[in-house]
Amino acid sequence: MNFQLSDDALAIRSRIREILAEVITDEVIDRQHRTGTFASQELADALAAEGLLQRAMPGGAGGDPIELWLLFNELEKAGAPYDDLAVSLMVAAVVNKVGTDRHRSTVVAELTSGRARACLGYSEPDAGSDVAAATTRAVRDGDDWVIDGAKMWTSLGHVAQWMLLLTRTNTDVAKHRGLTMFIVPMDTPGISLQPVHTLGSERTNATFLDGVRVGDEWRVGEVDGGWAVMGTAIAFERGVVGGTNPGIALLREFWRWAEESGGASDPIVRDHAARVAIDNHLATLLTQRSAWIAATGGIPGVEGSTAKIFASEAYQKACAWFLDDAGPAGTLSFHAEGAAADGWIDYHARHSPVTTIYGGTTEVSRNAVAQRHLGLPRTQ
Amino acid sequence: MLHEDDVMSSFDLGWSEDERLVAESFHAFFARECPPAVVRRAEPLGFSPTLWSSLIAIDAPGMGVAASLGGGDATMGQLVVAMIEAGARLAPVPLVEHLVGSRALGSLVTGDIVSGSTVAAFAPRAASAAGCWELVPAGAIAAFVVGWSDDEFVAVRSSPPGSGPANMADAPVADRPASGDRIVIGDAGAWRRARAEWEVLTAASLVGLASHALVMGVDYVKSRHQFGVPIGSFQSVQHGLAGLVPLVEGARLLVYKAAWALDDVASGVVDVIDNEITDGPTLAAMAFVAAAETAAAVTDRVLHYHGGYGYSTEYDIQLYYRRARGWALAGGSLSGRVRELADVFFPVGARS
Repeated sequence: MNFQLSDDALAIRSRIREILAEVITDEVIDRQHRTGTFASQELADALAAEGLLQRAMPGGAGGDPIELWLLFNELEKAGAPYDDLAVSLMVAAVVNKVGTDRHRSTVVAELTSGRARACLGYSEPDAGSDVAAATTRAVRDGDDWVIDGAKMWTSLGHVAQWMLLLTRTNTDVAKHRGLTMFIVPMDTPGISLQPVHTLGSERTNATFLDGVRVGDEWRVGEVDGGWAVMGTAIAFERGVVGGTNPGIALLREFWRWAEESGGASDPIVRDHAARVAIDNHLATLLTQRSAWIAATGGIPGVEGSTAKIFASEAYQKACAWFLDDAGPAGTLSFHAEGAAADGWIDYHARHSPVTTIYGGTTEVSRNAVAQRHLGLPRTQ
Repeated sequence: MLHEDDVMSSFDLGWSEDERLVAESFHAFFARECPPAVVRRAEPLGFSPTLWSSLIAIDAPGMGVAASLGGGDATMGQLVVAMIEAGARLAPVPLVEHLVGSRALGSLVTGDIVSGSTVAAFAPRAASAAGCWELVPAGAIAAFVVGWSDDEFVAVRSSPPGSGPANMADAPVADRPASGDRIVIGDAGAWRRARAEWEVLTAASLVGLASHALVMGVDYVKSRHQFGVPIGSFQSVQHGLAGLVPLVEGARLLVYKAAWALDDVASGVVDVIDNEITDGPTLAAMAFVAAAETAAAVTDRVLHYHGGYGYSTEYDIQLYYRRARGWALAGGSLSGRVRELADVFFPVGARS
């Protein structure tokens, strides 16, 4: 066992930190929360200029999972708007692995150069955790497909150029076997969005597809083979691309409040902060394990779920503690005078509920751990 | 995917070849030599002379001592792997205490201690003002006690009482004098190092305990039928058990990292604001807290899923439930340990 990062990894981490210090200004962070759009062209440009997006894409030429983890860990720690990069790199990875040369020269090239963004069209109003129940129809029409339906939680769809879209192409077979995946240009006629505002500051969307006509060249994977493409995406994603260390930025902001307010000498505050520091380290180790498994040729499916369960639940516990510790000032929002930690405690407490929901709910993750790791039978 | 030669030469969460061999041999040893009947027969004292003799026969008691002193020269990485296996079977032997005590003696260690025929114990809490180490783990059976007393790190030889107060874990704890036949064995730094080793090895035992208790829970809910189906097919039960996996795996990784840091990091850092921690003793204390809380949580839930049988002494889960608590508290209260850690993480008067 050796927990020492290589010199190369440390050098890349230093460079990422330098870029973040330069690009992620208070104004960029403020804009993210004001607009709800968790994306930064400045950041994408700066990372792409040094090839860091291309390098980080899973399964790509660089493709080192440790580097991928380092990148998103630093982005998350800095409170940078990175949701667009997380989704875009995952979509790029899937399309790169399963798609065609044309996909690689267009979609993948644009996403990894920071010129374009992608969003995910998986969930539907009536298909959330049961995503294989998707009913958005894609019907063959000559060399084209015509797509009708609605997608939910298409975060960043309003700034994205591409959507990885899960559709129903066959209703005569088991639900998992009648799905087909497409990568669809967002400017295709028939696509419209409505914003969905959230408890945290982030904006997401509902996306409607009304007679959307795309050529067969935008199909990703086999006809009726969409579920296998989903599996590829999940294997790339889970537990490495952010979302598994939100407690670090939270503790930083909370402790700043504790020192400024005098709370730092309160034994209960100290107890909470110390326990959160331990949990932060545990969450990091569980995430590093996923990255290491991926780096050594494995697929960290269950391990990723394990990291996500731990990190999201620990983060929610930390938010509840810190909100209570800060008292009413903790409920004051960004820009409110007297807000504890300039509003960050309020923000994290609002944001935390989504972390056990998005990217696979805690219940779905627990099912996976119970059945695939512990070997328990299928549920009644 | 990366090719073999692209994989980083440093960062590696897998076992080394030596660690793998230690894990496999101790796994087989304790599975063979320490079934639950051995644990039960050793109660209430909590010491099996037969099992200790078997460990002596494979040179286990001295494995942590330097080769130049006749020992096995094992790393902390190897020792935690061994202790995870011992903890999994609740081995009623003073292995953690003896490993720490024998290592702390340094060049003062004698052949009988290296072999294990004389047992050394480690007192994780400083002696009282009255010169007594209270409730020393393995204090009922060890001839030597190593610990902190009167601002000195000392070893004291005295006659072991052979029994101790009745206790939850059926552990061989006893009060021992810190005065008498006493020699100074190191400075405050050596004491802190020994305490860190005791913490990480106890944490390893607790991870093994928790990990095995979880397996027992899974086995039980698969075989126990109610309402015509295995209770392990109910989602509430599945989610309860699945929720323990992150705790066990996280604590295990933290134990590994602490052992690595104690072996390989000369002067580590503690920066919780940046989440950068490579200081061995700090990581050992964190691992101890995480493992102790994990062992308590796992045994609590797994006992519950056994229903009324879990509450009966006939089933083995109660053996795990009691030791999860007794082992964890030998060094003092957990909340007190967290308080000490808070002072390391957030030094009073310092601004980050």
